[in-house]
Amino acid sequence: MNLFSLVLVNLLRNKRRTFLTMMSVVIALFLFCALRGVLDTLDSAIKVGSESRLVTRNRISLIFPMPQSYWTRIAAVPGVKSVSVQNWFGGRDPVKPENWYAQFGVDAPTFFPIYANDVEMVEYSQPQIQVAMPPNLDPKLAAFMSEQNACVVGQRLFKKNGWKLGQTVHIAGTIYPGDWPFVIRAVYHAKDPAFGEETMLFHYKYLEQKGMGGNGSVGIYVLELSQPDRAGDIAKTVDAMFENSAAATRTETERAFQAGFVSMYGNVPFLIGVIGLAVVFAILLVAGNTMMMAARERTAEIGVMKTLGFEDKSIFAIVLAEAAIITLGGGLIGAALAKWGLEGSGFNAGGFLPPMTVSWATVATGVGVAVLMGATSGLLPAFQASRLRIVDALRRVD
Amino acid sequence: MALVDVKNVRKVYRRDTQEVPVLDGLSLEIEEGDFVALMGPSGSGKTTLLNLIGGIDQPTSGDVTVKGNPIGKLKARDLAKWRSRHIGYIFQLYNLIPVLTALQNVELPLLLVKMSGKERLDRAKNALSIVGLGDRVKHFPRQLSGGQEQRVAIARALVSDPTLLLADEPTGDLDRKSGEEILALLERLNKEFKKTIIMVTHDPHAAERANRVLHLDKGVLSN
Repeated sequence: MNLFSLVLVNLLRNKRRTFLTMMSVVIALFLFCALRGVLDTLDSAIKVGSESRLVTRNRISLIFPMPQSYWTRIAAVPGVKSVSVQNWFGGRDPVKPENWYAQFGVDAPTFFPIYANDVEMVEYSQPQIQVAMPPNLDPKLAAFMSEQNACVVGQRLFKKNGWKLGQTVHIAGTIYPGDWPFVIRAVYHAKDPAFGEETMLFHYKYLEQKGMGGNGSVGIYVLELSQPDRAGDIAKTVDAMFENSAAATRTETERAFQAGFVSMYGNVPFLIGVIGLAVVFAILLVAGNTMMMAARERTAEIGVMKTLGFEDKSIFAIVLAEAAIITLGGGLIGAALAKWGLEGSGFNAGGFLPPMTVSWATVATGVGVAVLMGATSGLLPAFQASRLRIVDALRRVD
Repeated sequence: MALVDVKNVRKVYRRDTQEVPVLDGLSLEIEEGDFVALMGPSGSGKTTLLNLIGGIDQPTSGDVTVKGNPIGKLKARDLAKWRSRHIGYIFQLYNLIPVLTALQNVELPLLLVKMSGKERLDRAKNALSIVGLGDRVKHFPRQLSGGQEQRVAIARALVSDPTLLLADEPTGDLDRKSGEEILALLERLNKEFKKTIIMVTHDPHAAERANRVLHLDKGVLSN
């Protein structure tokens, strides 16, 4: 036996209470880390974009489109290597509306080469007919390119729905009404996890012809730059071209565009942070009260230990160590559950955000909070126990 | 020089605004190897005197010296160390730690002494053998009778080989037979192991076991 085993024995004297207290800390720290994980995820959403790519959108709002005619004019701006288009589709699964995921109409010959470093095709159909592939486009997309209503889906979405290559997926259009059948011809893996794997990409041309009656408008233009160091000048040049048109533009780096997206959440991140701290504080009071009760129940024993010669500081350390083990143990479990449990779940708000991330900084903060909880909840009972006069302690039972 | 030298000790407790004198200028000497019984009615100051000698309470005035150490002058930290080295305390209600086995309870005071785990274990087992509980090492207090619990408490008091054994009504919570066994054990510790024992008791029969009986009444020795 040693002092540490004495601490453990004390913790196990009321197993149910120790378990419940530890569980309350586990839940508090899980919630704290999970809520901060939401902030981490929003942060990583900002990082999805590249500083070397620009995004042009309607200056009034993202929800207003721009004419397709801008495409060639933007592509002609010096420093612009290529331009792609991307349109938000916003359809629903007609059978299971709750099974929501993002869909975009993209111009495949330009879109996939621009994002070649972010995604790779891991499964794909063989083309039924020979098609002329645009330069720089992954040959694995041949089947996708050969069919007007083909689509490429993220690996996670593919697995989650138990889809198969060649399967036709029906989507009910909301912005573009009607039934939209899409045939899965390829599955992508996000090399950069922040890109997300729960998105469906299909031909912009299909959207233009079926949804817009051939009068194409564009949600956003994505500009790949040949001279990324001139991004600021290029953005100004693009916006200047459309300054006095009906659809004036706003051009910014892709990262700034994503950050703007995240800023739409307003004060939600602040609220999340406050809720996380409130949960921790509430559990801190519970844990503190439990520690006080546990120490008070052992008043006579503490008196006996002091009579035997245990110094005040030893008593202080024993009581504090009990609190620390409960809170630190609970904190570690809670933080680990948040880290691996949430990340493993791959939750991504239906493709709006990258998969849920709980950063190591958040885990470390959670463990730090647990240590602080241990110290705060254990300090008062430890101090009281250490200051207890032997005769007073023994008198409580005698 | 006497092992215990209590000189002109006063102890006054304060209850709310009232002062309650418990010991009033008490002086006393106890020689090494003595077995002293402290008797007296409730509230006469027996336990208070025992606590002062054991260094778990401080006199309001006067001096308590044990083996040449003026314990009233020791700081709390030094006093704790001194207690662990010199005092073995036996309580009326045994006061064993319920979640520790008999062996672990006896081992407890040795955690404060620098020694190997094996040596600690051997000494604890030896102490339990002396009190006749060598076969109960793994029993928890709830699995022992009152008499056995008190014997474990005596082994715990004995294990660090203290200068002085202080027993506060050690048979007060036991039946006659168990009480007799405990008294016989204390007598044996005094005679065979030369332990100095101060025992507080209400029971004249228990006091007969001691070499000397002191009577306390209203904070003063009556003989």
